[in-house]
Amino acid sequence: MSLTGQFLWVILPYLALSIFVLGHLYRYGFSQYTWTARSSEFLEKRQLRWASQLFHYGIIFVFLGHVLGLLVPAAWTGALGVSERLYQEQALLLGGVAGLLAVVGIVWFNWRRWSVARLRRNSSLGDYLAIALLLLVIALGIYNTLLYPLSHHGPYNYRATIAPWLRGFLTGRPDAALMVHVPATFQLHLLAAFLLFALWPFTRLVHLWSLPLAYLRRRYILYRGLPPEAR
Amino acid sequence: MRIKAQLAMVMNLDKCIGCHTCSVTCKHAWTNRRGVEYAWFNNVETKPGVGYPKRWEDQEHWRGGWALRGSRLELKAGGRLAKLLTIFHNPNLPTVDDYYDPWSYDYETLAAAPPSRHQPTARPRSVLTGDAMQPAWGPNWEDDLAGATVTGPQDPDLVGVEVAFEYERTFQLYLPRICNHCLNPACVASCPSGAMYKREEDGIVLTDQQACRGWRFCVSGCPYKKPYFNWSSGKAEKCLFCYPRVEAGQPTVCAESCVGRIRYLGVVLYDADGVPDAAAAPVGELVARQRALFLDPADPRIAAQAEEAGVPPAWIAAARRSPVYRLAVRWEVALPLHPEFRTLPMVWYVPPLSPLAGDSPGTVLPDTAAMRIPLAYLANLLAAGDPSPVRRALERLVAVRRLMRRLTTGEPSEASSDLPPDELEELYRLLALAKHSERFVVPPAHKETAADLFTLRGTAGLDSEGGVGGWGAAPSPPRRP
Ligand code: SF4
Ligand code: SF4
Repeated sequence: MSLTGQFLWVILPYLALSIFVLGHLYRYGFSQYTWTARSSEFLEKRQLRWASQLFHYGIIFVFLGHVLGLLVPAAWTGALGVSERLYQEQALLLGGVAGLLAVVGIVWFNWRRWSVARLRRNSSLGDYLAIALLLLVIALGIYNTLLYPLSHHGPYNYRATIAPWLRGFLTGRPDAALMVHVPATFQLHLLAAFLLFALWPFTRLVHLWSLPLAYLRRRYILYRGLPPEAR
Repeated sequence: MRIKAQLAMVMNLDKCIGCHTCSVTCKHAWTNRRGVEYAWFNNVETKPGVGYPKRWEDQEHWRGGWALRGSRLELKAGGRLAKLLTIFHNPNLPTVDDYYDPWSYDYETLAAAPPSRHQPTARPRSVLTGDAMQPAWGPNWEDDLAGATVTGPQDPDLVGVEVAFEYERTFQLYLPRICNHCLNPACVASCPSGAMYKREEDGIVLTDQQACRGWRFCVSGCPYKKPYFNWSSGKAEKCLFCYPRVEAGQPTVCAESCVGRIRYLGVVLYDADGVPDAAAAPVGELVARQRALFLDPADPRIAAQAEEAGVPPAWIAAARRSPVYRLAVRWEVALPLHPEFRTLPMVWYVPPLSPLAGDSPGTVLPDTAAMRIPLAYLANLLAAGDPSPVRRALERLVAVRRLMRRLTTGEPSEASSDLPPDELEELYRLLALAKHSERFVVPPAHKETAADLFTLRGTAGLDSEGGVGGWGAAPSPPRRP
């Protein structure tokens, strides 16, 4: 196993994961005041209406697709009677649609941020980086899903390489050998994602963890009292 | 019955001179920061007009406050699931242009311009972009009916009201507005993060700056549009009822600085269990039912129950002296702003008297039937369209004037009031002469003895990093009232 392989597919991803986890803990613990979606709807609403909904709904389905394709071993779906062909078709169709929604949304987000003066002048480096990196990762993903099969006689079977590598990575048994012969655009998709995850805790993307599901079961009016000893 | 205490305010619109001192002192205290340049926790509107933000009263457009679904009360913008489904784009959120594009002037050029034949000018520049701009709308753009022929007719309170906008025949009134610290706050109910809350001990509604995640539903949920989105920090901010001042027994900055002395602060006791029912009352009964929530602090049984419920004795004593209770409940001269929004606002208004409409020679004192400000307009503003509570309040205000005219001139006066003369005189004293200590009856909260202030930093309003009195700011010397 080459040193580069070890670095790219063992050291680098664990580094990104560590920064991801520790970064979040740090920010959550020490900087609650900055923990926000930092929405720009208040400054620009017309474009955001479409861009945001396309992107967010698209990316949610893209995420679910990744869970299905990468975390569920091919043998399991096979055992359920889903043939490889059927899986590939579904992945292409559903993944393609979700991916296109997300890519239109994120392109629009980038365009909007650069073209609307109110946003351009009031954005932090993190704001720009987050959407630029998302664009890169999603664009590579779209290429791998929709264009790669056209030029390579059918889709790449990532469920034989990337998926087991990822499961190994998440369970502490990373096998870099699985990754070294993966096509370059797939490798780039992953490397860009590592960077995105490493930057994640330091950008507005943290708002993902604040999806307020608890609201669904909460009473409407909240009171807060003084601690009893202060009454 | 669950008795709670609430700090409440009454503003006497009859005396507001529209000087904006309240707005300016408030801005200096709370919103002179990046991100909230456009925000006025206290603002004064000239009515009729569209107001700030534009047409904020039109809930068919903004969908703030509560609405009846059958007999059940629900947020007008939709319930919890509807909120989550619109979390990526809040359709009811105003943009900064609905308030105004904040600007400043290029004062630098005045000082730095080289000698030239012409005087250098300070051009207006947008605070948002830094670009030169020509302000076309701003705070108080409609001040003193400026442009009222254009924006006046768009006032949502004009539904069913005939008004003239010719200079000689029109009318105006000032409407100072702050957050109403409602008993049934739609902002709190709309916040999916649970960052907004009502203080158990005094009812002040605050935004926890640490817990706010910037979903902006409080802004759209409040029918009065009184939470403001800080576009720089990405968090919502709102009027704090100057809690650091009132905790020390001082009035809010807006009330303290009010030139017209129109503001009254006091404690009211109310039945928290009755809130949902009162908020869901049929339209015609809104004012009466909201008023009926307030409990008489002079009643020893109420006082005993309040004390049992944890209201400190000093607060019950303050409730007995409360100018708010006297104006809003005992004499019924104050009314809630837009009770039909069903948030049960805790800032009430004494309606303004106004000059006579027609020529009624020989009439010295106004007659409620012939006033310039149409009764129907005030009813839309303060009584969900029902003229009777407004007429009653105006008649009592006129009765005060009749009585005082008789007492000072000795002229006999024919009209009588349903209030006995000694009460009218007491009302007169409160409206016209009351000193600082009678207008503001604010019991100190002695928070300086409260638990662990260090860990509570940032959870109440704006005392956080980047906020007013934030970390790093010089601590002010402790003061005891
Ligand atoms: S007026 Fe104040 S308390 Fe009432 S709903 Fe609006 S922000 Fe909340
Ligand atoms: S300071 Fe008082 S009189 Fe002046 S505008 Fe404000 S409320 Fe009215």
